[in-house]
Parts: sequence; structure tokens; C-alpha cells
Amino acid sequence: MKTSKHLLINSLAFAVAASVLSFAAQAEQRFPVNNPEPAEGEYVHVPPTMEDLEKSDFHPELKRVIRRGHDLFVNTQQLRDKNVFNNMNCNSCHMGEGRLPFAGPVWPAAVTLPDYRGKNGHVNNLEERIVGCFTYSMNGKPPAYGSDDMLALTAYHQWLAKGVPMYQDGNSMYGRGYPKLEQPEKKADYQRGAKVYAENCSLCHADDGNGLVQNGKVVFPAVWGDNSYNWGAGIIRHFTLSSFIKHNMPLGRPNSLTDQQAWDVAYYINTQNRPQEPRYTGDVKETREKYLETFHKHTSYGLEVNGKLLGEGASTGRKDFLLPDIVRPRTFTAE
Amino acid sequence: MKKIHRMTLAAATLCLAVTSAHALEGDAKAGEQAAAMCVACHQANGGGMNIPGGESWPSIAGLNADYLYKQMKDVKDGSRNSPTMLPFVNMLNDQQFKDIAVYYSQLPAVQGQGDPAATEEELAHGEKLAMQGDWERYIVPCSTCHGPDNLGAGSVFPHLAGQHAGYISDQLHAWQSGKRNNDPQHLMLAIAERMNDKDIRAVSQWLSRQPAQRKGEQK
Repeated sequence: MKTSKHLLINSLAFAVAASVLSFAAQAEQRFPVNNPEPAEGEYVHVPPTMEDLEKSDFHPELKRVIRRGHDLFVNTQQLRDKNVFNNMNCNSCHMGEGRLPFAGPVWPAAVTLPDYRGKNGHVNNLEERIVGCFTYSMNGKPPAYGSDDMLALTAYHQWLAKGVPMYQDGNSMYGRGYPKLEQPEKKADYQRGAKVYAENCSLCHADDGNGLVQNGKVVFPAVWGDNSYNWGAGIIRHFTLSSFIKHNMPLGRPNSLTDQQAWDVAYYINTQNRPQEPRYTGDVKETREKYLETFHKHTSYGLEVNGKLLGEGASTGRKDFLLPDIVRPRTFTAE
Repeated sequence: MKKIHRMTLAAATLCLAVTSAHALEGDAKAGEQAAAMCVACHQANGGGMNIPGGESWPSIAGLNADYLYKQMKDVKDGSRNSPTMLPFVNMLNDQQFKDIAVYYSQLPAVQGQGDPAATEEELAHGEKLAMQGDWERYIVPCSTCHGPDNLGAGSVFPHLAGQHAGYISDQLHAWQSGKRNNDPQHLMLAIAERMNDKDIRAVSQWLSRQPAQRKGEQK
């Protein structure tokens, strides 16, 4: 058994983490999960579950708030047309209730923030980070700072981080974010990406990228178009989407595509139409230039692809505003 | 204005999606006649039968037509191994597959059965797997693909809620053993092979107890 080998060569904690998180203990499978195992010295955290919450001695009112946070996280569509203006749930990208390694687990945010964030050029706390998700990934209008929903969401994040030291080194966390894949051998290609998409993705996400809505409920999220994330979302960066796909898609069969396929299909998806970048200045090339170093050098926004200037003429999607009022710059004064 | 227009568009897209799901060209009337050979097992109402300890006959009433059509073709070509079904599908031609698929898809879903002796603990485990999954073992919740109420999604992911427990259990085991090999991209196989017998019993029992019809839906 793989697990017992781990027990011999590594520390106990390491072995437990390996069996819990990387499924090393599973019997022979035709379609193994194949996520990387923790490297020597990596910090491994197994977030608590909702059952653990019920068993905890937390105040009943705190349990209620965390439960609400969990519910919002896995069914963010309940905020549709109020805070969420596309077909995404938090859980769409932060899979497995935000607990899953290599699927953007959210507990690191609770212990690495407040921190300086290049995207907006100032120190952000957890609430402001979540404002970012709503603004871009949900193409929405974030819940107000200090609101019940914001309290619930931040409390759920913090619950998942239970036991992790504050300001634990963020670079050594096992499975954090979507670890960058090696640069592809061949430059990412639209045509090859279209083929990967047709063979592996369109079954659920549809040929037109719109996913599936059935009886008014989102089953499969839209990966482009009005119901998808906008041109400013973190996952519009090719390296982020390629890693998300590699480690999580097709659902239930992670790591089944090659790195090249993941880069190609990410390029294909992230060069389709989608809602406008909320920081749009009125000119896509200018907007690209303005946020180039901190963001858009990793996207195709404002570039010409297949004879089309990407982002030009993009609508605001299902919402009727560009940038939510809540998003603002900060000049920190220690006064 | 713009918003209203977009919502109309979204609604139109939705309708389109629903219509295209019924695009299979079959004649329900002809299907009813051809289905005369099906009723011995699947019953006149398409509700099938749960047979503890034996091979359960699935409830096929109200299943998606494209899905039903594909299953008949798959039995014929062997990617879905079913010695019970094979002699029957061999008596039918492709148009009859389509007719039968359309006929059964239009019947109201029939509530299936499970083992009355299933324990509370088993059902709780089944509900957890079906609705939250077990990500530590990478068992994705059924509802992610089979729809929020496990009432099916599109033409690929079949209706599970209210299906006979014996049938669901048989199929999960069939994926494990390789008898069933006809799921697109092996999305089901990958999950099934991570499940143990306890998981399979629990999830089958829980699903069989869920409403086979959407709330307020009476055909």
C-alpha cells in the first residue's frame, strides 16, 4: 500500500495528509485523481467540515452565521440579480465547498490577509478580497462591507482556516490557488483549443459556452458569454484557467488532460466574448495598457485574435452598471 | 430596457435548450405499439420493478428521450452489457428505438422502491454523498451533474431521484466491473470506482426515496 510507504519514509502528519488529500490510499483505479502529493516542507491543512462545526462548542449564533456562509458559498445563485449577475457560484471555481486542494481552497485567504494586493495596489482585508470575487468573477455587485452576508462569508472562510497560524507562509501551502503549469511546449492555439473543448467540455458547458440552466436552476456554469465571468476576473488569465482545468476538469477526472491541452483550451475559452472589464476606461487598448503589469499581461483582453479586438463592444452582461460603487482605491494614511 | 431585453433573451435561450432536448424524431404512438414487448419487465406505466437480490428493472417513464435512445443503441453495440435487454433490442430497428424512447419519455415518472430496512444512518450517508459528495475521496456529489434535485440534466445525465434502489446499485456495480462502459468521457465510471459497497447501498437507498417528479409537476 502506498500509504504505509509514506508512513515509513515521512512524518505521520505528512502521511495522513497524503491519504486524505491526494487519495493515495485508494485501490487501483482506471481513472485516478493524480493530484500532486505534498512536497517536503509544504504546509498541509485539512479544513474542518460542516459536521465538525456542528460538533464544535462554538456559540449557537456563530454556528448559524458560519452555516449561512457555507450556504452562500455553495449556492451563491440565491443572490442572483442582487449580488450575482451571472451563472456562477463560489463553489464553481473553489470546488468541494472551498476545501479542495488545487481548486482554489479559500482558507489561505483567511490567514494571509490583510496583505498588499497588486491587482488594486493597496492592502486588502478578507472582505475586500471577497468584494473582488463578486465584482469580477460573479460580474456582480458585492454585498456591503459589514453586512450579514459579508459576515457570513468571512466567518465561513475563517472556519475553514481553523488551526492555521495567522500569516502562515502563503508560498508553501499545499494545493493553494491554482498552481501555475509549466509553459506549454507549443504556444497555446485557438484551433487546437476548440478541438479540446468539443471533445472534453461541451458535453456540459455546451458548444456556445453557456453551460446548462434547467428549470431555472444553474446545473453547469457558463464559461463564456453574458452569464460567465467578466474580462477582469482572475480566471481570465490564461495561466489561472489552464491550471484550474488541468487540476479539476472534466469534473471527476482531474489531471486527465495534458498540460498542452489545458493551455490550448484555456486560450480558446478565454478569447470568447464575455461581460466587459469593470475597470473599462472607454477604450479596451487603453484599459489593457493601464492594468497591463498588474493583470492584463496574462490575458488576451484588448488584443486582436482572429481579426477581432477582444473586449471591444462587450456589454455589461446581465447587470446595468460597469464598476460597483463599493470598489474604490485606497491611499492609506496613518493618521 | 437593456436588462429586460437580456432576460427575455435568456428565457428564449432556455426554451431553446428545452426544445432541443426533445429533438429526437420519434413517434410516441408507434412507440407505444413497439413497446408491447417492454411491458413484461418495465410494466405498462414504465415504472419497472425493484427486485431485491435479483436484477431490478429500471423505471424508464419520464426519462429523457435522447438518453433512452442512446441506452438501447449501447446495449445493441455492447458498450452497455445487458444480457436481459439484448434479445429485445435485437428485435427492434433504429426508428423503433426512437419511437419507444419518445413514448416512455412522455409518461409521468413513477416512484421507485428501495429496501424498507435501510437505516437512518445509511440514508444520511447516502444523502451526503448525493448532495455534498465526499471530496476527500473525490466522490463528486450526484447532484452536480444529475441536476440540483437529481431529476436529470439535459440529455446526458439521467434522472435518478425516485429510481429503484436495486437498479441504481446494479449500475454502479456494473461500472465498477466494466459491464457498463457507455458513459460519455467515463465521467460516471471515474466516480463509481471510488465508491465502496457501503456507499453504493447508501446512495441507492437515499435516491430511491426522493420524489421522482418535480414538486407541483403532474403530467
